[in-house]
Amino acid sequence: MCGIVGIYLKNEKLNNSLGSLLAEMLINMGSRGPDSAGFAIYNDEKGEKLKYSICINNLDYENFKKELSEYLDDADIRKNSDHVILRTKKKANDVLKILKDHFKNTSLVGYGKSIEIFKQVGSPNDVVKKFNLNNYSGTHAIGHTRMATESAITTDGSHPYSTGEDECLVHNGSLSNHNNLRRKLKKKGINFDSENDTEVAAGYISNHLANKKNLKETLNDGLRDLDGFYTFITGTRNGFAVLRDEIACKPAVIAETNDYVAIASEFQAMAHLPGVNDAKIFEPEPGVVYSWGS
Amino acid sequence: MELDLKKLNLRNVNDKLQNLDRKKNERDFTIINPEGNHAICAGLNNEMNVTIKGHVGYYCAGMNQKANITIEGNVGTGVAENMMSGKVHVKGNASQSAGATAHGGLLIIDGDASSRCGISMKGVDIVVKGSVGHMSGFMSQSGNLIVCGDAGEALGDSLYETNIYIRGKVKSLGADCIEKKMDKKHLNKLKKFLKDAEIKNFKAESFKRYGSARKLYNFKIDNSY
Repeated sequence: MCGIVGIYLKNEKLNNSLGSLLAEMLINMGSRGPDSAGFAIYNDEKGEKLKYSICINNLDYENFKKELSEYLDDADIRKNSDHVILRTKKKANDVLKILKDHFKNTSLVGYGKSIEIFKQVGSPNDVVKKFNLNNYSGTHAIGHTRMATESAITTDGSHPYSTGEDECLVHNGSLSNHNNLRRKLKKKGINFDSENDTEVAAGYISNHLANKKNLKETLNDGLRDLDGFYTFITGTRNGFAVLRDEIACKPAVIAETNDYVAIASEFQAMAHLPGVNDAKIFEPEPGVVYSWGS
Repeated sequence: MELDLKKLNLRNVNDKLQNLDRKKNERDFTIINPEGNHAICAGLNNEMNVTIKGHVGYYCAGMNQKANITIEGNVGTGVAENMMSGKVHVKGNASQSAGATAHGGLLIIDGDASSRCGISMKGVDIVVKGSVGHMSGFMSQSGNLIVCGDAGEALGDSLYETNIYIRGKVKSLGADCIEKKMDKKHLNKLKKFLKDAEIKNFKAESFKRYGSARKLYNFKIDNSY
């Protein structure tokens, strides 16, 4: 089943309450996905540093911090439960290599100028509390509550999947051609950390974007290449997009006001949003890409 | 009587409406703060008027018998699914599978209904003032589906019977669904539905009728490969 949620703020005054708005949406979608939950928050920061969201699992934080600082002299490392946010000016490729070569027991869950990703097994209610989502501010956010179908209940099997710098994807549904597509993408040099079908879609999207296609073109090509059931929300640094497959068995509802655009699997996830009863509420049409921001 | 779903448990509210105290002459209810909850007013089986103020989730007014239920908002998947009798009036838009498998009664949707509206309908009458999505009337068996706007792809796919009346454009017809002649008796029936749904701005003559070509009723050896 799974639940997906997203909110894109048009009114800056709401930026400080982004975390609490999303938290309630995730908790409400607990009925659709009790196995794990995760969220991506976009909050642009000034300066040249990139942020890396890393799940350190059961590693000792102080040791991890000490070791990582030996490789990265400007590392600014902050802990949030079993995730850390690393900030550094070093080149992304170098940082990714260091993490891959020397910190095999950690998972890089996302990186970019703006994005921070947290995801873990457990009920959405617990996950939201664990990472103090209520305290986060930002411009837009995406979240997911998972009822596992295609692969195991692990952090790596949780959404959102990061698809490249400041890109992420959440998915409600299942893909039927993911094994074939994974093989093709592996040949093009894309790495996969799990057996999960959504990760393949994420890899597909990042491969397309890396080839200079824009998000809309990418998702339109996805309609042809991704076989299965899906409602996708994909986030970029400045906005997000929504796509449902042409059969449209997987639900989605959008509520738009002058202050925000919200999307969720069910309306009940949005019932608490300010002014939602007067919002323009509609279902995204099958096979049509909807996007906000850029 | 006003029932506030922010204060009362949904199960208790449904239980109260499903088991009306016949000694009291209380037949008018208003439900406030529905907040997208599922299965509100499912399984009502008595004559009563219920108004729901706000948007509701899945299966609202499912299995309805006799009750007159108005939703002042949008509805989720499967509104009035398997309704037997009574009336359900949605003032906003409806999600997919509105009126699925319903045997009787009247379902009115003021806005649009998305895909599979009236899927497998078995005698219900559905009036949609807006448009309907793809595969509406899929495998429908009996009843009437009236749409004032447009219909999406594969309208009436694999239908057995059912009269489908569409005023706007039909993107495509499904297997075994064809346009049929509008006789006087159909016009008269349609006029009655338009009147019941308080539609005054459209004339029955501006609709087209669709129905079953009845070619899938029997197995045809010619269809084998």
